[in-house]
Amino acid sequence: MTAAPDDCLARNEWICGAYLSSRRGILLDAVVQHLQLTALAVLIGLAVAVPLAVLARRWGWAAGPVLALTTILYTIPSLAMFSLLLPLYGLSATLVVAGLVLYSLTLLVRNLLAGLRAVPEETRQAARGLGYGPIRLLLTVELPLALPAAMAGLRIATVSAVSLVTVGAIVGYGGLGNLVYAGMNTYFKAQVLTASVLCVLIAIAADLLLLGVQRLITPWTRAAGA
Amino acid sequence: MSTLTATWDWLADPAHWSGDNGVWHRLLQHLLLTVVCLVLSCLIALPVALVLGHLGRGGALAVNISNVGRAVPTFAVLVLLLLTPVGNWGEGPTVVALVLFAVPPLLTNAYVGMREVDRGVVQAARGMGMTGRQLMFHVELPLSLPLLMNGVRIAAVQLVATATIAALAGGGGLGRIITAGFNLASTPQVVAGALLVAVFALLVESGFEIAERLGPAWARGGR
Repeated sequence: MTAAPDDCLARNEWICGAYLSSRRGILLDAVVQHLQLTALAVLIGLAVAVPLAVLARRWGWAAGPVLALTTILYTIPSLAMFSLLLPLYGLSATLVVAGLVLYSLTLLVRNLLAGLRAVPEETRQAARGLGYGPIRLLLTVELPLALPAAMAGLRIATVSAVSLVTVGAIVGYGGLGNLVYAGMNTYFKAQVLTASVLCVLIAIAADLLLLGVQRLITPWTRAAGA
Repeated sequence: MSTLTATWDWLADPAHWSGDNGVWHRLLQHLLLTVVCLVLSCLIALPVALVLGHLGRGGALAVNISNVGRAVPTFAVLVLLLLTPVGNWGEGPTVVALVLFAVPPLLTNAYVGMREVDRGVVQAARGMGMTGRQLMFHVELPLSLPLLMNGVRIAAVQLVATATIAALAGGGGLGRIITAGFNLASTPQVVAGALLVAVFALLVESGFEIAERLGPAWARGGR
């Protein structure tokens, strides 16, 4: 009979270097899945939110229903949202992405609309006076001026999505959440703590990355402060 | 369409509503968890927010903690708590995690509400000889109520949602109907549970909306 090895894995410690080195592949796969699900959800959310916000800005009557609908979607708890979409998408990654898209819509539409509404009327009239058509006005004047508010919404939506992906573990597509879920059932402390910490690190990194992008694409907001 | 009828059949079966795993028991658990945690979070957050707001200090810290809170996955924290000694006290991990995530929105909203009270009004109250305590309870607190109540509403809806996730980590509440449905591979039960949770969350949200409309005019936020 051989004695069990006396390392931190055998002792089931919270912090364990041996876990990191022996499960590198599993961790990497989970991180990649986590990033893919988050990025896909936020990009699709953005692609749906921009037209919705522009339409709600153009036709005032559309703003009420659009905002009400996205707010109702946000009120539905995440586990329930994933479960309600189950008959549509089955146990798939699409299910998780669809749920996350619906969540990001509230934050993105609300912030985009607020940004578009904050564009001064004089600015729009000046652009019209220069002969700008409605499309050119939207693309070169209104949308750029709405960028700071839109980016704020995008940052919150992304950070929330990173943490919500974990709930996708219920259908087997939760990125790092899968490791947390599996670790819970086997009382594997190192796995739960490592996956949780990685999740927070991804959220912080994503937020800092977007903050950097925001500063790059809106240089005028810094000039005013300096 | 067949999923809809199957879900309806599940909901219409009285056997699914009674007993320890039945809808009524789970609903009661969910409600109890939400109310207990909301009261606990208010007892923790509101006094701190009132004092910080009155003194005008520590606000940036409260807002930063609140923002960082978004990045921390609730589900992961629940599981972490489950594996610590807290996991031995029944609903302990659920209550601790729920309170942990409900405190930041309560704290920031109440703090901002206290700070947004018109400085002229505060000076007038001081000029009339009000003490710091009178100023806090008779002027600043009533005037900050709309924002404070908005924080309570956000916290309440968030508690309903988080209590659902708690079922994934062995906690009680309506989420258990969904997780049991997944274990039984019963799509009608999963969808029925999800519908019940969604309706409950929307009822809580609209309950606050109505209470806000019926409340005294000065307590209504200009939102």
